[in-house]
Amino acid sequence: MDIGWYLVLSAAIFCIGLTGVLVRRSPLVILICLELMLNAGNLALIGFSRMTGTADGQVFALIVMIVAAAEVVVGLGLIVAMYRDRLPMDVDEMSELKG
Amino acid sequence: MSATTYAWLVIAFPLAGSLLIALLWQRLPGRVAGVIGSSAIFLAFLSAIGALVQLQDKPEEQRHLVSSLWTYVATSGIDVKLDIYVDPLSVLMALIVSGVSFLIHVYSVAYMSGDSGYSRYFSYLNFFVFSMLLLVLAGNFVILIVGWAFVGFASYALISFWYRRRTATYAGAKAFIVNVVGDVALVLAAILIQQQLGVLDYTRTFERAPQAFNTNEWVIVAICLLLMIGAFAKSAQVPLHTWLADAMEGPTPVSALIHAATMVTAGVYLIARMHPLFELAPTAADISAGIGAFTLVFAASVALVATDLKRIIAYSTISQIGYMVMAVSVAAYSAGMFHLMTHAFFKALMFMAAGSVIAAMAGEQNIDRMSGLRRAMPFTFVMFVVAALALSAFPGMSGYFSKDEILALEAERGSGFWILYGAGTLVALMTAFYAFRMVFRVFLGEPTPEARELEQGHLAHAEPFNPLTGEREDTDVGFPGPEHHIAERELGMKVPMAILALLSIFAGVLQIPGVDHVVENFLDPTFQDSRYAGIEPATGINVLVLVGGAVTSLAGIGLAWWMYVRRPGTSLELVRRLPRLHRFLSHKWYFDEAYDLLVVRPMLALGHGASNVFERFVVDGLMTGTAQVVRVGNSVVRSAQSGLLRNYALLLATGVTGLALYFLVVSR
Repeated sequence: MDIGWYLVLSAAIFCIGLTGVLVRRSPLVILICLELMLNAGNLALIGFSRMTGTADGQVFALIVMIVAAAEVVVGLGLIVAMYRDRLPMDVDEMSELKG
Repeated sequence: MSATTYAWLVIAFPLAGSLLIALLWQRLPGRVAGVIGSSAIFLAFLSAIGALVQLQDKPEEQRHLVSSLWTYVATSGIDVKLDIYVDPLSVLMALIVSGVSFLIHVYSVAYMSGDSGYSRYFSYLNFFVFSMLLLVLAGNFVILIVGWAFVGFASYALISFWYRRRTATYAGAKAFIVNVVGDVALVLAAILIQQQLGVLDYTRTFERAPQAFNTNEWVIVAICLLLMIGAFAKSAQVPLHTWLADAMEGPTPVSALIHAATMVTAGVYLIARMHPLFELAPTAADISAGIGAFTLVFAASVALVATDLKRIIAYSTISQIGYMVMAVSVAAYSAGMFHLMTHAFFKALMFMAAGSVIAAMAGEQNIDRMSGLRRAMPFTFVMFVVAALALSAFPGMSGYFSKDEILALEAERGSGFWILYGAGTLVALMTAFYAFRMVFRVFLGEPTPEARELEQGHLAHAEPFNPLTGEREDTDVGFPGPEHHIAERELGMKVPMAILALLSIFAGVLQIPGVDHVVENFLDPTFQDSRYAGIEPATGINVLVLVGGAVTSLAGIGLAWWMYVRRPGTSLELVRRLPRLHRFLSHKWYFDEAYDLLVVRPMLALGHGASNVFERFVVDGLMTGTAQVVRVGNSVVRSAQSGLLRNYALLLATGVTGLALYFLVVSR
């Protein structure tokens, strides 16, 4: 199968994730959308790996998964901390870093 | 054990004592700290005797020993070891310092008991003895400077010992600041020596100096003048003398030990130790002798009118050190060291007796308020008279032989040195007068209420107060303790005073002109390389000086007797007739006022200017100016920081997309 289809699917998922990150306000949903974007990237990597017939892309994909797992741990930790402090579950409310 | 091992022990014992007391002070009951401190100094004294015996066993030309523990600094061109230098001069100093210190420690055990800072006192005092011994035994300039600075600190700590007395802390700061002037001069001298000769240890410095410098070359004169400034700051010579009178704020045994017997003579020792350099720079030596003579006259004249018992003795000390400085500056080294030794004995004794008097007066130091203490304090009276006789060079006492030897050697040098002889003789008259002015005014006359009470067996107890300002005090830590101790009631004070009295009377036999020369022969290995070695006063001069000394001494005592016993009131009449002279003398020749005007006020004005103008407008201006510039500059960038997470994400996505499109276009 042509590599093009894989890339189209990957780009579509990436854009869905990006749109989610940009428009949603719940931190939990933003985190899920981030995962979508990462996995879109993974899909592209694996597609390329298959095209070239080498394992490089798969190794990259594995590393991305590990990083994603770590990132989810931090992200969920932040969300739990926010919940404990009874902060609003809305990223627009958290704008204390405004310069 | 060898002489150097003993010398190391001399230094080690007081250090160990100081540390032991400092670490255990909370657990030491009663007078234990005093006993530990005194034993440490006694062991040091025994070690000094050991060093003396070992040194005398060696043939004369081998009595210069150097011993190094380890290397202090070894870098390009600088090579400093932890050296000590053991020769007759340093051993003599070590003996005087440790011996007198031991007696004063024993005196302090009783005198200071009841003070809340008892252990702290002995820790400081042991530290002082350690530093002083390090200073006299040092084998190179670095160790010398270390010891020099340590004694400066010990002096500061003990002057300010009663640290809740404002006058005491001021006096300590003053002593420290004046001494630092000397420290800086000494460091500069060492730097010059290192730069010119490439070495810092005594042995090689003295070897190389005669080849490296011509006589009176400007460099060697500069080195000697710097050394002289260092010596004068420590030894309270004009114009760096103002701190010593204020140093009397410390406890009386401290005045006896540090500000009379040992530390203030460090300058005399330094000049004697550096004699190979001073002999290459006769100009510097002459300046030093001239200043010594001036100090001699100045301090004695102030002592004539001072009314604070301890300050009279302090000015007397300044004056007597003038004799020593004059002696070592005209190459009469052994005479100067001999006077240093006898002075240590009788001046320490005089301070101890004064301490006993002050205790009997419940802290009062003004001799105008003292009178008739003779019958109440017979022992103190005898001790004070012995010290006063030795100080006024009464024929046969130790001070008689030591002072007259200095004058004889001044006279022997002839020509301009006769002026120094004249100054010395004039001051001998003044010394005898003020010494017995104290005796007659304090011990004779109508007994004061305190004296009468003491005759009944009650020691006076006043409310605690500052003897200088009259401010009320309590007796907690930081102020003198509640108890007063007089020699009549404390064996521990009597014994050291009696020993010092015997030494004050009989130490003169060590060196009687025409009879024996014990000190001179002992110090010969140190000073035999001097180009003035072997100068002996002619018999005629000896006779002149001895007879002249006896006459001036008796005349001074007689004059004091006439003015204060035979015709009391004569002194008041004199003050009335010569008000200007009296004001001039009682203001100590306006030295303090001059310093206040020339140094203290300008410095304060500079400080205020710096804090009010420089700090506010320049420093603050620079800071706030920088902040303003940054604030204006960043106002553009700041608007991008909206604090909205989704905005950031959008910017990021736009940026990445933009870059991707750019590369897409470029790669075509």
